[in-house]
Amino acid sequence: MSVDEKTVRKVAKLARLAVPEERLAPMAGELNKILAWVEQLGELDIKNVEPMTSVAKMRLMRRADVVNDGNIADDLMKNAPNAIDNYFTVPKVVE
Amino acid sequence: MSDLATLTLAGARDALRRKKISSRELTTSFIKEVEGARGLNAFVTETPELALDMATRADARLSRGEAGILEGVPLGIKDLFCTKGVKTTAGSKILGNFVPTYESTVTRQMFDAGAVMLGKLNMDEFAMGSSNETSAWGPVISPWRRKGSNTPLVPGGSSGGSAAAVSARLCLGATGTDTGGSIRQPAAVAGITGIKPTYGRCSRWGIVAFASSLDQAGPMAHTVRDCAIMLQAMSGHDPKDSTSAPIAVPDFEAAIGKGVKGMRVGIPKEYRLDGMPSEIEALWAQGIAWMKDAGAEVIDVSLPHTKYALPAYYIVAPAEASSNLARYDGVRYGLRVNGDDVIDLYEKSRAAGFGREVQRRILIGTYVLSAGYYDAYYLRAQKIRTLIARDFEQAFEKCDMLLTPTSPSPAFGIGEKTDDPISMYLNDVFTVTVNLAGLPGISVPAGVNNEGLPLGLQLIGRAFDEATLFRAGQVIEDAAAFKARPDSWWK
Amino acid sequence: MTNRTGKLIEGATGKWEVVIGLEVHAQVLSKAKLFSGAATAFGAAPNAQVSLVDAAMPGMLPVINEFCVEQAIRTGLGLNAKINLVSVFDRKNYFYPDLPAGYQISQYKQPIVGEGVVLVDMPNGETIEVGIERLHLEQDAGKSSHDMHPSLSFVDLNRSGIALMEIVSRPDLRSGEEAAAYLKKLRTILRYLGTCDGNMDEGSMRADVNVSVRKPGAEYGTRCEIKNVNSMRFVQIAAEYEARRQIDLIEGGGKVEQETRLFDSRTGETRTMRSKEEAHDYRYFPDPDLLPLEFEQALIDRIKASLPELPDARKQRYVSQFGLSPYDAGVLVSDAETAAYYEEVAKGRDPKIAANWVTGDLFAMLNRLNLSITQSPVSAANLGALIDLIADNTISGRIAKDVFQIMVETRDAPGAIVEARGLRQVTDTSAIEAAIDAVIAANPDKVAEVAAKPKMAGWFVGQVMQKTGGKANPAVVNQLLAKKLNLPG
Ligand SMILES: [Mg+2]
Ligand SMILES: [Zn+2]
Repeated sequence: MSVDEKTVRKVAKLARLAVPEERLAPMAGELNKILAWVEQLGELDIKNVEPMTSVAKMRLMRRADVVNDGNIADDLMKNAPNAIDNYFTVPKVVE
Repeated sequence: MSDLATLTLAGARDALRRKKISSRELTTSFIKEVEGARGLNAFVTETPELALDMATRADARLSRGEAGILEGVPLGIKDLFCTKGVKTTAGSKILGNFVPTYESTVTRQMFDAGAVMLGKLNMDEFAMGSSNETSAWGPVISPWRRKGSNTPLVPGGSSGGSAAAVSARLCLGATGTDTGGSIRQPAAVAGITGIKPTYGRCSRWGIVAFASSLDQAGPMAHTVRDCAIMLQAMSGHDPKDSTSAPIAVPDFEAAIGKGVKGMRVGIPKEYRLDGMPSEIEALWAQGIAWMKDAGAEVIDVSLPHTKYALPAYYIVAPAEASSNLARYDGVRYGLRVNGDDVIDLYEKSRAAGFGREVQRRILIGTYVLSAGYYDAYYLRAQKIRTLIARDFEQAFEKCDMLLTPTSPSPAFGIGEKTDDPISMYLNDVFTVTVNLAGLPGISVPAGVNNEGLPLGLQLIGRAFDEATLFRAGQVIEDAAAFKARPDSWWK
Repeated sequence: MTNRTGKLIEGATGKWEVVIGLEVHAQVLSKAKLFSGAATAFGAAPNAQVSLVDAAMPGMLPVINEFCVEQAIRTGLGLNAKINLVSVFDRKNYFYPDLPAGYQISQYKQPIVGEGVVLVDMPNGETIEVGIERLHLEQDAGKSSHDMHPSLSFVDLNRSGIALMEIVSRPDLRSGEEAAAYLKKLRTILRYLGTCDGNMDEGSMRADVNVSVRKPGAEYGTRCEIKNVNSMRFVQIAAEYEARRQIDLIEGGGKVEQETRLFDSRTGETRTMRSKEEAHDYRYFPDPDLLPLEFEQALIDRIKASLPELPDARKQRYVSQFGLSPYDAGVLVSDAETAAYYEEVAKGRDPKIAANWVTGDLFAMLNRLNLSITQSPVSAANLGALIDLIADNTISGRIAKDVFQIMVETRDAPGAIVEARGLRQVTDTSAIEAAIDAVIAANPDKVAEVAAKPKMAGWFVGQVMQKTGGKANPAVVNQLLAKKLNLPG
């Protein structure tokens, strides 16, 4: 499975990373090197192996249905690059 | 006043409790050391006023006889731990101005135990690296140099600031995080001790996530005992982390000194790599001899899937990272580069905010999870993790711990490996298996190579059996009597 | 899957069948969010009900609300569905300003609830069976407002992280009407269970409507998904519009593209989303911050034991035990409040008479005043008392209608109204006899007529009722009239 410029462009789009045109080809090369290297995993027969779900061998922890958080809008806005009246703002989205 | 050049965390703790020294005095000395070592670039944020304030309060508690485990002890904190009111960047421009309004569970526990924070420590960006060269704030320079050379060396990574700060004696201990070896590998190449505890031993709440199923916090310090003391304060169940283990924390320090007589130490044959430097080979042989001398039984074991660990890791970790790092979008916090529309804003902010290695891993991670590739990559890698964990389970039927080298090489020069990602990734070849299986591993300084650079040995234990690692780690520490110190060339 | 052929739509090239499936997002009725302790109440100030977790601040981790899990199991049981003892939370990755983490925690390959079935009664008496494919738990996103600023969208995360149940139906619906009826039935079940308030105005329930068309018997056509439709009526309108659009498109030589569309409630039309781009690739993978959700059969059993009587069972009981028509029974069970009201009225009384009053005068009045049954000015106890007054002949059925009106206006008890206004029915035969005699005496011509035309008797009844102010017992009047006019009894 090898990656071309078009794939890099598509993946970068999915990852919301602006990759300049001139970086697409070198990036494809870098990714291909890594992918070629991980290709060795194909040697193993893993048909009957269960994937690991978690290394933590425990029961999923639960909490009770209690309201004990929130009301920190001022704190949430402290690091906001742009906020108005306790709303986060972004350039207008057209649906 | 004790001599900072030989002071250990345990020694400081005892001196503080016996009122031989005050935390303010100790903290003031370390603040000076930190200020004098800016050339190492180990700290990204110094917090001297906060430190003195914490020290004053620690002294008050000490005088009331209310000392916590770390009362009055000056430490450094990896910049991956969110610290309330203190800038936390994860080594990235994208969090360049981020000031958390909350305290990570681990640092809160340490501060509750009386620790004094000197500042935040440099690291590879989002903990992605093995040399601390991917930090947005520039590389950390190792305090160590090759004999007769001025070549700046890396301190290892990603907890490179932590390793450098401890080995340069800028603090008595530091927190690290370890996703594929980021505590143990820098500890080894910087001549200090570091332990990655069992996955679930320390809460991940408030630690900037890299790869959720692998990340684990741990201590880095001068001695095995120092690490035991720190881990005591860092550990414990946290109801805010669903992967935090509801398991009691034993008295780690009490395990030290019990020796390894009668214990069985496994030597995994698959760790004997082709082309392994002879100095690493020799060090390992030396470690085996020390264990035998201490009365342990040394046996050969096999971990047949070892060679697949690193490639599996380089699927799992980037995949999880690509998702964990999606929140850095310039909307609620962090760097924002304005764009024509919101998508443009995302793409520009993330391109400007993330460095090259992080972008590379986000792209790899996105690719391996994308439609049509999930089964071939991510699912396959998770199955291989099952095999690797099974290897360890079978080995631990025969032995109580495993002994391996920590790192395949000593510290290398800055810039020597940056253009080949895979050769960089190979630094974690001995450490990454432990993360994939969620086990604890400790690195203890065991010697120096012919250029005077530190080398470490790694002990791997059963899940939640850190106590055995402290016991055995002390045996290596005692046998190695590692006394090498970097020259204080930066002062 | 049903092989039913539904109502067909006439096109230029012949008849078409519309195929509809619904993905309903139902907000779990819980105090706190699915993975954080922030509140879920509607209408809070911007970003007030947001925790660090909901805002996806660095280092934040999810911890699951066990009550939400129980609500999902409860709902699954109410949908006659299979409950999975092991389910997995996955991350669905995509970027949107109101999705703070850049992923939604959802369930993909292993949902908490598997296949089930919902029975839907249609007004024509037909009962259709709608297959449920699955129910899974997931987080809601926040809310972006695009109309508060000329160049900015505003993001409020109060909804971010609220627990939703996504209930996915099979494509078993064959008209907009069926789709709306299914949604209504689903809402009824959720409200009976108490797992969702079904408040569509507040966004507690939204439907994604998947619509395709085909020639009867043909393979499924390409479907379009109409997102976030927020009323039963709109579901019907949207589905009907979309079916027509697809038919016209195909018959005009075009091809239906699989896409996501928006419904405009002002025009009743659907349109392509302008913001849509390259096909989504959500890169689902198990959330490494969570472990698989596992529970014991005992938990399911405990929840099962606590389930209320559900609408289908209740309807059955009304038919078999009360002798109601399936239609009336269906109407009465259509929401839990109506059923409770009805049962209070019917308690110890004739259930059919109670049903007639509730579905007749009461519903008409509530409709006219635009009130819900819980706001009714006539309480169930008072309506029951009114029925008792008829049964024991205190008032006639006709007077009862007047008393009911007064009850609506005054909210008074019927007994008090009857006493205060002297509406008690006259059963005293001598008084009635006197009235009859007076009417006969005054109308000799009519008396002559009635001998030939017994149907004229009604006219006499009316006159007598008038004379007695409507209070004469009609049975007594009829009986005495027949005797005095020598009519066949
Ligand atoms: Mg949908
Ligand atoms: Zn959904």
